Amino acid sequence: MRKYSVAAIVREALRYNAGWERAWRSPEPKKQYDAVIIGAGGHGLATAYYLGKNHGIKNVAIIEKGWLGGGNTGRNTTIIRSNYLQDSSAAIYEKARSLYETLSQELNYNVMFSPRGVMMLAQTEHEIRGYRRTAHANNLQGVETEFIDPKTVKKLCPIIELSGPRFPVLGALWQPRGGTARHDAVAWGYARACSDMGMDIIQKCEVTDILKSNGKVVGVETTKGVIKTHNLGIIVAGNSSILAEKAGFRLPIESVSLQALVSEPVKPCMDVVVMANTVHGYMSQSDKGEMVIGGGTDGFNNYTQRGSFHHIEETVRALIETFPIISRLKMLRQWGGVVDVTGDRSPIISKTPLEGCFINCGWGTGGFKAIPGSGWAMAETMANGSPSQLASAFSLDRFREGRFIDESVAAGVAH
Amino acid sequence: MSSRLSTGGKLIDRSLSKEFMFNGRRLKGFEGDTLASALLANDQVMVGRSFKYHRPRGIVASGSEEPNALMETGSGSKLEPNQRATTTKLFDGMRVKSQNHWPTLEFDLGAINSTFSKFFPAGFYYKTFIHPRFAWKYLFEPIIRKAAGLGNAPKEKDCDTYEYFYAHVDLLIIGGGIAGLAAASSAVKSGLKVLIVEQNDYWGGRAIVDEINIENGSGSDWIYQQVKSLSNEKNVNLRLNMMAAGVYDHGYVLLHETLTDGSNKKMELRQRLWRVRAKQTIVATGAIERPLAFAGNDLPGVMLASAVRDYLVNFGVSCGDRTVIVTNNDDAYRTAILMKNAGLEVPCIIDARPSVSESLSKQVQSLGIKILTGKAVSTVTGSKRVEGVAICSHAGSGEVLETVACDCVAMSGGWSPVVHLWSHCGGKLEWDKKNYMFKPDLTSAPLGANGEGMLTVAGTANGFLISRDVLSDGYTKSKEIIKALTGKVPKISMEKAHSGDESEILPVWFMPQGATRKLKSKTWLDFQNDVKVSDVELAAQEGFESVEHTKRYTTLGMATDQGKLSNINGLAVLSNSLNVSIPDVGTTTFRPPFQPISLGAIAGEARHELFKPIRKTSIHNWINANGGVWEPVADWRRPFCFQRNGESIKEAVEREIVNTRTNCGILDASTLGKILVKGPDAARFLDMIYTNVMSNLKVGKCRYGLMCSENGFLSDDGVVARLSDDSYLCHTTSGGSDRIHAHMEEWLQTEWWDWKVYTLNLTEQFSQIAIVGPKARQLIEKMGVDGLDLSPEGLPFMGFSEGFIAGISVRIFRISFSGELSYEIAVPALKAQEFWDLALISGEEFEVMPYGTEALHVMRAEKGFIMIGDETDGTVIPQDLGLDWAISKKKEDFIGKRAQMRSFMKSENRWKLVGLKTIDPSVVLPDGCYAVDGESNSYGHKNMIGRVTSSYFSPTLERSIALALVENGPDRMNEILNFPNLDGSVTKAAICDPVFFDKEGKNQNV
Ligand SMILES: Cc1cc2nc3c(=O)[nH]c(=O)nc-3n(C[C@H](O)[C@H](O)[C@H](O)COP(=O)(O)OP(=O)(O)OC[C@H]3O[C@@H](n4cnc5c(N)ncnc54)[C@H](O)[C@@H]3O)c2cc1C
Repeated sequence: MRKYSVAAIVREALRYNAGWERAWRSPEPKKQYDAVIIGAGGHGLATAYYLGKNHGIKNVAIIEKGWLGGGNTGRNTTIIRSNYLQDSSAAIYEKARSLYETLSQELNYNVMFSPRGVMMLAQTEHEIRGYRRTAHANNLQGVETEFIDPKTVKKLCPIIELSGPRFPVLGALWQPRGGTARHDAVAWGYARACSDMGMDIIQKCEVTDILKSNGKVVGVETTKGVIKTHNLGIIVAGNSSILAEKAGFRLPIESVSLQALVSEPVKPCMDVVVMANTVHGYMSQSDKGEMVIGGGTDGFNNYTQRGSFHHIEETVRALIETFPIISRLKMLRQWGGVVDVTGDRSPIISKTPLEGCFINCGWGTGGFKAIPGSGWAMAETMANGSPSQLASAFSLDRFREGRFIDESVAAGVAH
Repeated sequence: MSSRLSTGGKLIDRSLSKEFMFNGRRLKGFEGDTLASALLANDQVMVGRSFKYHRPRGIVASGSEEPNALMETGSGSKLEPNQRATTTKLFDGMRVKSQNHWPTLEFDLGAINSTFSKFFPAGFYYKTFIHPRFAWKYLFEPIIRKAAGLGNAPKEKDCDTYEYFYAHVDLLIIGGGIAGLAAASSAVKSGLKVLIVEQNDYWGGRAIVDEINIENGSGSDWIYQQVKSLSNEKNVNLRLNMMAAGVYDHGYVLLHETLTDGSNKKMELRQRLWRVRAKQTIVATGAIERPLAFAGNDLPGVMLASAVRDYLVNFGVSCGDRTVIVTNNDDAYRTAILMKNAGLEVPCIIDARPSVSESLSKQVQSLGIKILTGKAVSTVTGSKRVEGVAICSHAGSGEVLETVACDCVAMSGGWSPVVHLWSHCGGKLEWDKKNYMFKPDLTSAPLGANGEGMLTVAGTANGFLISRDVLSDGYTKSKEIIKALTGKVPKISMEKAHSGDESEILPVWFMPQGATRKLKSKTWLDFQNDVKVSDVELAAQEGFESVEHTKRYTTLGMATDQGKLSNINGLAVLSNSLNVSIPDVGTTTFRPPFQPISLGAIAGEARHELFKPIRKTSIHNWINANGGVWEPVADWRRPFCFQRNGESIKEAVEREIVNTRTNCGILDASTLGKILVKGPDAARFLDMIYTNVMSNLKVGKCRYGLMCSENGFLSDDGVVARLSDDSYLCHTTSGGSDRIHAHMEEWLQTEWWDWKVYTLNLTEQFSQIAIVGPKARQLIEKMGVDGLDLSPEGLPFMGFSEGFIAGISVRIFRISFSGELSYEIAVPALKAQEFWDLALISGEEFEVMPYGTEALHVMRAEKGFIMIGDETDGTVIPQDLGLDWAISKKKEDFIGKRAQMRSFMKSENRWKLVGLKTIDPSVVLPDGCYAVDGESNSYGHKNMIGRVTSSYFSPTLERSIALALVENGPDRMNEILNFPNLDGSVTKAAICDPVFFDKEGKNQNV
């Protein structure tokens, strides 16, 4: 792989960019691989990357029914934070966040991780207590957060209305090294690195069945034929229940539509990410200048990648109360993604009842931030055949045992 | 130069002139002008700078597809960035600024990007700025952010207002061109209720410009007649200035109506968002002309041929004195003919096709216009505006044959039907092989609730480019819908448009065919986002083969016009590079809104006080007037305390507690949820909802009950009173009433739909006033009771009665959340203030004082009573809180029972409720702090073994107290735990019983 650099840009500019290579190959599938991953979203690609990088397993195929990064990875609002309450969550999200810090250098691909700071507003006494508690927990977990007062909130984000008529801002939980990254670049950067290690990313190829023999996985059937493997990772977010069914087990997961929208681009007016959970909405400004806005999930299950308009209304109202200046900005585009939500709203990284078949899903409304950490833990789990340290709390067994990892208290909106 | 001609202009009124300011220059226009037509009339050809390279940009289009002419209008609380000049009406005194340049439009330092544009091809961001690591956040990104963005963000609050409107119709017609009007007239005659909307402020769409002929009259006359006769009908609503923004599932359509032009300086109702539910919708949204891609096509002065025509006919504006036409189809010849007839020069038509029909060429040549067939533009010359075109053979690689001087280039690459609305909700597209365009695939329509198509498309939007076919399609589609909706075949007189056939278009996506890399790197596809043919080709070369990848990698079609002009050319270039057909490449997804709509319009009226209106109890105003310090609690406000002059909040809380425990306190507890559950199966239902048994509760008695989620976690608590055999009143927490009511209904509607139970949320029908303290009974008796026996035997603890107090009908519960003698009295909401006032008067001699939520919380903590949301957080089961006694062992089932049988729920090591006393009694433990045992857990975190759930200074005990959940807590009495603080210090506290005060209940049981 040719390295990307300023020198390369200059060299290519002088010959009208004729020499740039493909970022990833577009191979036909081989008959058999040491490991197969279904789903070339961020989590699937990161898993493949760390399988190669950390465990030397490079004869790997990543099978994608559409285009790589085209699922929720390419539709999310890119908030990255690790100020979670429960130990197991804080551990994996902080691992992910810290990998993001150096991901551009690691992949030689600018994923534009921008630790601009994430604040979660406290707008009731109850929320203040909740965030103080999170600050205490994070302190003990080694996650850098702080409870800040309204004056500091205003200083960090001047366009916030502190004393709105309805829910005044009473303080905020602040994670200075949370932020955002460019979602497509995360998928593309991992994909390029995987392809470079010799892995095959097979796009426009849908897995239609999972092949088993004697309780063990032996391969997958796809729209491009049968591909054999004894080590299978299902990493397909909103489509997890469908594939689990083909593998012969059920998941405690519901798929719902989560929506987001962007405004037209304006000059910089907001440097940090703000989440307002009482009123239910969050906003940041992209490098292009668009205000990136999201809210809650639709109240019904579905697999369409769109949603109902009333949700957009609720989110926008909440944000105009919080940031009155946005009223005259215009919504440019709204969209939805199918998110996979578990009973405790925490993810699953686990062995499954089918031997050799592993699953990584349930990231729901908030898994972009986890991509590097999740890939790291999933790769370790697949390579060793048993849950890694980071993954162990997220096993499927927890639902049977009642060992939930419930974060709902820490954040009404879990992005 | 571009200028206003002395005659012409169907939409303007020359007798009303309007002055406006553009970048500080005073300019003139007329009533009826758009901002764009007025700018062109004043020779303002350059109107902005592009997003990435800051290249000079001019007006390209005449409608909502305009990519370049985005302006800042208004100021202060009316400032609005990114207004599209082509759809903004001009008004007298308007102030407009162009955007994205510094220091001026003409001289922009950012244009240095253009000089170095070679070095910024598609995707260059991803390939660079990687080292050094810290530079991205502190150096590169801030610079990129500054350069990006278009207009300035407003600094002030929006002073205008917005509203919602709801409409239900049989047929919604989107688009008021000839197809839409034909459809409307026949549907209205058939008696359907019709809404027809048009985004422009005039009817007729393109037909008024393109001199068409209907039934031997002019198109304009026909349109006038149609609108006139429709206006007389009752069953039709005709709306101009109304844009269909989005189509959603089940026939839900969002329409955006512009109500003002912004000239008013005061607050005004600005926009209205219509939510329409239509049985059927016809999309008759016409088509958009495609630009051609050739080197230098982004220079100001290069415009769509149809736009040049529009400015001429509608506004009497000439876009140039010498206009060269570049085309691959017949339609652009119209522009040439009109310009020439208006006395303007048209030196030549460059037509990429090898030949033109004889009749057309005769017609044009007779006007003295040269036709250059098989030719293309090699490049446009000029730096800030068009100065000429270098012409080459279309078949070659761009060698210049001749150069023609001109100041305007009118280009046409054919037309694309506006399929956005059809596609929003899943309508599929097909490739029209004859006209080289995507059009709706009518066999694959978006489906409504009944599984049938809910949308159809008519006219040009349906791929018909000739007026004859357009009009007849309008009638046909209307006929089909009338038949489907009324069951009758309507008799419709289909009026006919007369037009000749046009010769075929030649697919040209960039020119010349063999353009060099160098030319392609100056050939624009997306004008606003600066995406060139070379960028799309580079994306393909680098493996970004999916259209979605190409779009994201190059930002093609991601600007504020959402690719209305650029997408199809981009797709074609991609298909060419990949060597696959255009339909195989496919389109990107069309998403709402069709045109950007303001966030204000989306929020509508629900702003300020109306954003989540505050729920107010009957005592709200009294509390407000009497020192209540408000705190938001769910949708309510409750007083934290009642502050007196000169008193701190802490002092107020302590006074309220001490007084309640020694004399008497009064509390507005009206926010408490009250749900009536009634029916023959009510008892059975509540046995499932609560963990305790409710079926054996005696009529006239109360019981404290717990509710769990399906996962076994404690979700709400409250007192249940059995009013009669088949009815119960269930009290919930203040924040819980709506949630719990919905929870009950969900179970009833989805699981136990055959049980005979009704639920009713009575929270606002009854106010609840608590009279609490040793003198509570005396106070109530003093008020005068009728039909009530308040003696300990007559109304024992956990009993309730109905009767009258001070002549007001009440239901009185003897329950206590403070550990004192306490009555909670439910009165009809409208009588509550009267009751409250009387209680205060009668209570004077007992020193009654109102108290707030903080006193309530401290007193309940002193008694070790749990509070939902403090001691619970969705991970706590009743057993953790020592509430095993409230969980029935006898019942076969209740919600949460099965979950609580799981191994971890029964584990020995769960965190359980205890009390804590700090070693230093004056130190209050911080809320939410954790106890650690000095070890590390498997993640390397400090090992947490418990946490504080409630922490207060107790004035009753004159020391700090706290409730906590601690691993194995109840087995560790008196153990001293360490609680690290955020500042690094550690607070020590000893585990104790969670009931700090009056464990025997002496105060309560009197
Ligand atoms: C609107 C929105 C906003 C969000 N905001 C945030 C945020 O701010 N911060 C955050 O951290 N998270 C956020 N998220 C969540 C985050 O996007 C997801 O958790 C994360 O991207 C999931 O990544 P993934 O790789 O698991 O799934 P995906 O990216 O969805 O990838 C799964 C892939 O599997 C493929 N696939 C499915 N079935 C098959 C099959 N049978 N055969 C082959 N391939 C198949 C799909 O095509 C898809 O590409 C948001 C999500 C949405 C929708």
